[in-house]
Amino acid sequence: MPQSLVQIRGLKKSFGSLRVLDGIDLDVAKGEAVCVIGPSGSGKTTLLRCINLLEPYDQGSIKVDGTEIGYEEGGSTRKRRSERALAPIRADIGMVFQLFNLFPHLTALENVMLGLTKVRGISKAEAKDRAGHWLNRVGLSDKLQSLPSQLSGGQQQRVGIARAVAMGPKVLLLDEITSALDPELVGEVLSVVQGLARDGMTMIVVTHEMTFARDVGSRIIFMDEGRVVIDGPSRDVLANASQNERLKSFLARIEMKH
Amino acid sequence: MIAYVMGVLPFLWQGLLVTLTVSALVVASSLVTGILCGIGLVYGRWWIAWPIRIYSDILRGTPLIVLIFLIIYGLPLLGVDFGNYGSAVIALTAFKTAHVAEIARGAIQSIHFGQTDAGKAIGLTFRQRLQYVILPQAVRRFLPPWINAVADAVKGSALVSLAGIVDLTLAVQQVIGRTYDPLPMYLLGAAMYFIINYSLSLTSRRLEARFAYIRE
Ligand SMILES: Nc1ncnc2c1ncn2[C@@H]1O[C@H](COP(=O)(O)OP(=O)(O)OP(=O)(O)O)[C@@H](O)[C@H]1O
Ligand SMILES: [Mg+2]
Repeated sequence: MPQSLVQIRGLKKSFGSLRVLDGIDLDVAKGEAVCVIGPSGSGKTTLLRCINLLEPYDQGSIKVDGTEIGYEEGGSTRKRRSERALAPIRADIGMVFQLFNLFPHLTALENVMLGLTKVRGISKAEAKDRAGHWLNRVGLSDKLQSLPSQLSGGQQQRVGIARAVAMGPKVLLLDEITSALDPELVGEVLSVVQGLARDGMTMIVVTHEMTFARDVGSRIIFMDEGRVVIDGPSRDVLANASQNERLKSFLARIEMKH
Repeated sequence: MIAYVMGVLPFLWQGLLVTLTVSALVVASSLVTGILCGIGLVYGRWWIAWPIRIYSDILRGTPLIVLIFLIIYGLPLLGVDFGNYGSAVIALTAFKTAHVAEIARGAIQSIHFGQTDAGKAIGLTFRQRLQYVILPQAVRRFLPPWINAVADAVKGSALVSLAGIVDLTLAVQQVIGRTYDPLPMYLLGAAMYFIINYSLSLTSRRLEARFAYIRE
């Protein structure tokens, strides 16, 4: 079996006495789009934040492309990498946020360019080209000079996607990226993600959109209380949902909301 | 009367220059030290943040005039003597640093933590996040209270006259000492302070408008 691009083993994480991740094992192959579903508080956001090193993890291992990301390898004691060492690792792991988190003082173009020039060291002119290319790709070629406050939620989130993808990440993490959007704006964002999945971008997608999970994700992970309860091909997981009480009740609750 | 005012103007002008120089020195140096302390308060480990916290609390609780005399008369006892002028500038700067640190801390903490997350996610280092993400946004919150602090510094600089430094305030008093006619001179002095601080508040409003485009 080829080595997975993302390999998580025995991942544990607590906030104080609250165990939020309780031994997660997860493999994501290159080019795979995995959807993570699960009830509120099950640890989905925390899992993504650990993978992008926004949260330190207590135990276990996260490898991206063969490298242990948060801690220095070798030696008997775990030593968290320095902030300086974490930065280039984070640059290779893209993240799109639920609340967009665009830089409000920068235009759409500048939002995408910042990482290219300051982190990747690309010249301004070329960064502008690349940023323009990605903004065009998400359908915002006429909004390059707009500030985030001048954009709709759906447009802002597409800038957020362009900002992450332009860095050329090995894996893209998306955390309920449509849940803060008005229903009529959800489609435009999801279709961008669908396009990326078709192009072979490796993605871990936390979502409450079940149709999206079925159509885009090759695989569904169902999390509950900090564990991976179900992990399988999307169609199988959804078809056999009635066999698992927790998944069944979770899906029933989602239905109710829509 | 006009001839009389014209006669003392050069003398007052000298005093005004001293006031402006002292203020400018204090404002510029406390801007640097205050912002560094503010950053230390927000992001520093405990052994950085605690000393700054204690420093800021003590300094802000001390009357400025006490601080000035403490430095003018206290430091020489320890074998360091910056002279009256230097000591006064140091005292005012030390005092202002504490205030600017609090203003900077508040401004930085007003920026949503999602901004730090987003900066980290594209691989920016701590310095880069401060430089390109946090501080440019914090400026908008920082400016209005900081301009107030600058105006306070100009007014506070009048205390250096008590240390025998001939600033605008002392110049006014010395003229009065010769003419025994306090009212016109005090009015003139007050007008000069007012003009300085009024132009500061105009600048403040212009700067605020300039940064108003930054919205969350
Ligand atoms: N910084 C934090 N400090 C303390 N507790 C936290 C923190 N972040 C998350 N938690 C707790 O960890 C648990 C898991 O949170 P998490 O955000 O990962 O869940 P989630 O599956 O993403 O939920 P949702 O579907 O509501 O987004 C929750 O009980 C939450 O309250
Ligand atoms: Mg969440």
